Formats: sequence, C-alpha cells, structure tokens
Amino acid sequence: MLLWTDALLFLLIAGLVAFAWHVRRTPHLREPWGRVARSRTGMCAAVVLAAYALVGVADSLHFRLPASQGPDGRVHWSAEVLSVLDLALARLRAGAEKTYSAPLAVRLHVRETVERPDGTRVRERPRLRYGGAHLADPDRERWPDVARRALAGAAAGLALWAGAAAALAAALARRWGIAWRAALARLAAGRTELPWRPMLATAAALAVAAGVTAWLAAGYHVLGTDKVGEDVLYQALKSVRTGLVIGTLTTLLMLPFALAMGLSAGYFGGRVDDLVQYLYTTLNSIPGVLLIAAGILMLQVYMASHPELFETTAARADLRLLFLCAVLGVTSWTGLCRMLRGETLKLREVEYVQAAVALGTGHGAILVRHVLPNVLHIVLISVVLDFSALVLAEAVLAYVGVGVDPTMTSWGNMINSARLELAREPVVWWTLAAAFVFMLGLVLAANLFADAVREAFDPRRRVR
Amino acid sequence: MIAYIVRRVLYAIPILIGVNLITFALFFVVNTPDDMARMHLGVKRVTPEAIERWKRERGYDLPLFWNGAAEGAGKLTETIFYRKSVRLFVFDFGRSDRGRDIGEDIRQRMWPSLALAVPVFLAGLLTHVTVALVLVLFRGSYLDAWGTVTLVVLMSISALFYIIAGQYLVGKLMHLVPISGYAGGLDAVRFLALPAAIGILANLGANARWYRTLFLEEADKDYVRTARAKGLGELAVLFRHVLGNAMIPILTGVVAVLPLLFMGSLLLESFFAIPGLGSYTIDAIQAQDFAEVRAMVFLGSVLYIAGLLLTDISYTLVDPRVRLG
Repeated sequence: MLLWTDALLFLLIAGLVAFAWHVRRTPHLREPWGRVARSRTGMCAAVVLAAYALVGVADSLHFRLPASQGPDGRVHWSAEVLSVLDLALARLRAGAEKTYSAPLAVRLHVRETVERPDGTRVRERPRLRYGGAHLADPDRERWPDVARRALAGAAAGLALWAGAAAALAAALARRWGIAWRAALARLAAGRTELPWRPMLATAAALAVAAGVTAWLAAGYHVLGTDKVGEDVLYQALKSVRTGLVIGTLTTLLMLPFALAMGLSAGYFGGRVDDLVQYLYTTLNSIPGVLLIAAGILMLQVYMASHPELFETTAARADLRLLFLCAVLGVTSWTGLCRMLRGETLKLREVEYVQAAVALGTGHGAILVRHVLPNVLHIVLISVVLDFSALVLAEAVLAYVGVGVDPTMTSWGNMINSARLELAREPVVWWTLAAAFVFMLGLVLAANLFADAVREAFDPRRRVR
Repeated sequence: MIAYIVRRVLYAIPILIGVNLITFALFFVVNTPDDMARMHLGVKRVTPEAIERWKRERGYDLPLFWNGAAEGAGKLTETIFYRKSVRLFVFDFGRSDRGRDIGEDIRQRMWPSLALAVPVFLAGLLTHVTVALVLVLFRGSYLDAWGTVTLVVLMSISALFYIIAGQYLVGKLMHLVPISGYAGGLDAVRFLALPAAIGILANLGANARWYRTLFLEEADKDYVRTARAKGLGELAVLFRHVLGNAMIPILTGVVAVLPLLFMGSLLLESFFAIPGLGSYTIDAIQAQDFAEVRAMVFLGSVLYIAGLLLTDISYTLVDPRVRLG
C-alpha cells in the first residue's frame, strides 16, 4: 500500500541517486562535492544522517495485513497500516503497559491500590506486564540482568561493525590495488583521502548504541513508557520518518514552482521578473506561522466535510502531512526562488548560453539544456540548508496546534503531549528527553553536514 | 528621499491587496462560510437553520463579491469581500467569531508583547554581538573552535527545550521566579525575566554564529590589514574598524524585524501565559477563530512591509555609498 509521502520519498531517493551519478560524470560539480567528501565533520555527520535515513526508509515501506477472508474468497484488509519498521519493532509495539513507567523499570511509575490474595488492600507499584517480566526477583536481579544484556548487545554491535569494516577494507583494497591487510593498516592509520577512520569510529559508536538498545529492548522499555503505556523508544523511532519527510519533501514539493519562476524571472527579465518578484514579496509578507495555520485550518474544514475520501486514518494523516509540507514550502520557497533568479541572471550572460541564442536555439531548450543543469546544485544546497530548520519548525507547529495529524507520531506531538509532565509529582522526564535527544541528533548532524556543504561551495573560501 | 519613501509606500499597496486576496481566497472561496459554520457547530447533526443563524450573527450570510439585491453602492459594499477584507485597510478589524472587538484586543495586548519583545531584542543584540566579537578576537584559538562548536549545538536545540527546561529549572526547582503569569507595572519584571533570558539564549547559537561570519569576512579585508600595519592594536582594529563596518549588515537585518516586535513571540508568550499578541494569535488558531486569524495575517503583512521599507531607508543612513533614486 503506497502512501503519497512514501511515493515522493522514493522519488526523492531516486533523484538523489541520479544526481550523484550526474555529479560523478561532471568535473566542475565533482570538485566541490569532493571537498564535502573530504571534510571530517561533514562525513561523520553524513554517517549519522544515513542511520536516520535507514530508519526512515524502513518506516516508509508500508503495507496492510489481511484481516479476514470473506465467504466469496475476497480478502478484507485490516484498517491498520504497518511498515517494515513496525515489523522489526513488533515486540515494542505489542508490549504496552498500563501507564507511565521509567526507563528500564520493572514496576509502574505510579502507585495503585492492589488487592492481595488474603483480601487486604495495599498501595504499591505493580509489576510491569512487559518490562522485566522474565525476572523472578526483579529488585535484586534487574541491574545484573541489564548489565549482562548491555554487554551482549555491545559485543553484537561491535561484531556487526567489524564485519562491515572488514568488507569496506576489502572493497578499498581492490580499488587501491593493494593487499587487504595493507588497506586495513592504511584505514587504521587514517592515511586515506576520504576521512574513513572518523567515519568508521562514528559508525562503531552507532552500532554499539544500537546493539545495546536492541538487546535491552528485548526485556525492558529502554526509554520507559508514556501516559497510555506506549513504549517511548518506539515512538521516538517512528518520529524519525515524520521529521525526514518534513525536512526533505517541503523543498521538493515547491521545487517545480521555484524552478519555473526563478528561471523565467532571471532569464526573461522585464515584466516576467516584476511579476515573479511581486508574487514572492506578497507571499513572504504573510507571517509564516499564520499562513500555515490558515492553510491547516482550511484543510481541517475540508477533511471534516469530506470524510468519505479517506479510507484509513493513516491515509488521512498522510495527506495532512503532505499538505503541511506544501504550505511550509509556500512559506520557504522564496529564498530558493531568489537564489535561482540571481544565478540565472548570471548564466544568461555566459558565453555558451549566448552562443546557443546566436545559433537560434529556442528559449525552452536553452533553459532545460544549458541553464537548468547548472543551477541544480543550488537546489540541493538549499535542501540541505533548510532541512534542520524545518525539523525544528515541526515541533513548534505541533505546539501551536497546526502540525502533523495528532494520530501521527512525531517529535513535536511527543513534546506537545508531554510538556506538562515535568510539573507532575514524581516527575516524568523520559518522553521529553527522548524526543529532544532524537531531534537534537538529527538536527545537529544536518547542521554539521550543511556547514561542510556551504564551505565547499563558498567561492570566497576556496583560496584558503 | 521623501519622493523615494512615498514611492515605496505606494508599492506596498498592491502587495497588501495581494495579501488580502490570498487570505480571502483561503478563508472564503476554498471553504465556504457554510463549512466554517459546520466546523464550529459540530459536523454531524447540525440543522440548516443553525448554520444560517451562525452566519447571520457574524455577517457571513452576504454574497462573496456582488450583491445584486442591494441598492446603489450597496451592490459592492454589502458583500463579504468588502465587509471583511477591504475594511482591514483602514485597520477596522471588526468583531471576532467569538464576538470580541478585535481592534480593542490588539490595542490592549500589544503592550505586554512589547514589554517582552523589546528587552529581548536589545539585550539579545548586545549579547550576541559581544559573544561573536570575543570569538573573533580569539580566532584560531581553542576558545574560538570550541565556542563555534557550542554555538552549532545551541542552534540545533529546539526552542521548546529551552522553554520547558528553563521553566523546570528556574521556576520549579529553584523557585526564583513564578513559572508563568503576568502583572502590570514594575511587577512585570518578575514575570518577564525568565522568558526574556530564554528568548536571548534560544537565538544565541544562530545569531552569534552569523555575526561571527560577518566579522571574520570584514577582518580579512585590505583596510583592516592596513590598520594593523600602521601599528593599531588588535582591540582598536576590532572595535573601530571591523565592528563599525560589519554593523551595516547587522543593523539593516535588525531593522527589518523591528516592526514585527509588535506581533510578540508565539512560543514564549503562550508558555509563560503573557497576555500579548503572540499568545492571542495562538489562542485564535486553537479556537479556530477565522476573523482573528485574518486580522493577524493582515497586521503581520503590514508590519513586514514596514520592515522592508525601514531596511532600505536605513541602508542610505548607515552606508553613504548607497543612494536611493
């Protein structure tokens, strides 16, 4: 079952692959991207981003399970839309508790009145259904068990990482034409053109963290549970896709408009230019949050009056996500459009474009063949630069009440639903902490990567 | 100069008309007043009479653009477009869907907004420029390197985190200030201190980093090298030459947001329960009050355009090379 955002996400990935292939064959593009690839912080950030992307893509492969088979042999599909990530995290999804429980807890966070077999009633914190259920004497056995699992997980993560590193060394040895051991030594000493050693170190840290979490998650709620007893780690992982979709699709959705307007304004000038500039000044002057709010309010009215259009809640939430991306795009496309216009103004005067004009090539052909390929890198840079701001904006919008659908997991929704939990006694901090830490990881990595890209493409820094 | 300003103000008119058309299209054409009424009254089990009454009470029962039934000029003025959109041009905001006088609300609520936004703005500018200057003064050192990393981390943290963590630490654990609320007069300081500090900290990363780039760019120029060559000390170079010239982009960037200070801060105001325009906007959105949202959209656009105008004028004042014709 294909959701709209899934389709666009896969289109984006295909586009990226095609672009990478195009860059490889084009020397003047390969040079700056090569500088990005040689930046140490940039590539370490890229490894982290890749890990997030892996989770996001796994969560984008959606399907529905057959619920029952009718008498005529027709299959009735369940209304619940699942993803590959849901399958991988099936135990987390199924292991719901009654209400709040702390990270790695074996008992609920709150006291409840429990009736003993002898008829007396006591106030105590009951055992969890899932967290630490395998322990006979939880108060004594818990921490040794946690330590044992963590060690096993770390070992498994390291083993996996070592295998991948060895495979990488083999691949590199082949390319360099040297023996496998020599390649390994070179990697270990850090004598490579690309910063493989720091990248491998980052990957090792990620692998160990993932291993420990996975092994612990088999018996505990690693990040606790929220008010309705849902696993927080599961929610935080599910939110990755929402963050990625908002960060990338927003720019992608506005791309056709920004390209068409920016290119024609810069290329044709005159009236067209005036019109385009008027358009983006007008759109820009509407405060962003209010435009988004107005758009989302309108969508809600529309959805409320046309409930028959949406087969599942997931499809509904997905359409709202897509619409949110589109409205966010309307508020943020002006920067890209202005940059494209400026670059096209410059390109119009370049000799090969002038030559094409002199040869009688049509405007359309010139724009598509000569101008478009040379502004594509601006598009990619602006995707990278806007990404982190968009991920952060999602949380703010969720708070304002015009973010993604409340049924969709996102860091913004997690924070919004948990923002009063610090005022509780005893304090519930793990939902907020998990959402903020996962968000910080993605945004920080994106910012560092964006810095590397900016540095590589900034002509003023090229001399140094 | 005056001719230029007049021309710029005239330019603003088509833009405001455009804003008005866009909001009008969003609020009345894409979704009819009937849809809005149904949304407010509950989607199911709502009688046509209730919808009609809701529309009549709020003046949504008129035709969109052209009222053929009315007399004379009434054909144009007795319409939703005229009543709800054109009147905004004279800042007649009318009544909200909940029946409140929007203009009166705005006049009352702009003062708490300004009381928070102006200190945040001034103290923030001072702090951010100072941090950037210190980093530039020690450029190339470990202080610069780690300082820049810290700034990147600071700007990667969600604004919500600063607010929630600040309220928890300062308000709940240390009991230094009330967690939220507002009072007039001097008492306001107690309520505004924490949100102001958070507002400054939340923008520190992005702003100080941007200022640092501007200073560094300026510090590489030839005249700075000349100043050093003639024997000026590092501090004199930095304050007299670099700061002065780098302030041009900073100031002009800053002037653009000055009018928008009126709008207040959405997050700070609503988290700290400050009765300003920012929390007013959020309330309007959450209560789905279309009239209030529309009024704030228009106000925001006017202020944004005023900011653009101020930016262009300030260019001529700060930089004698720029002449506006």
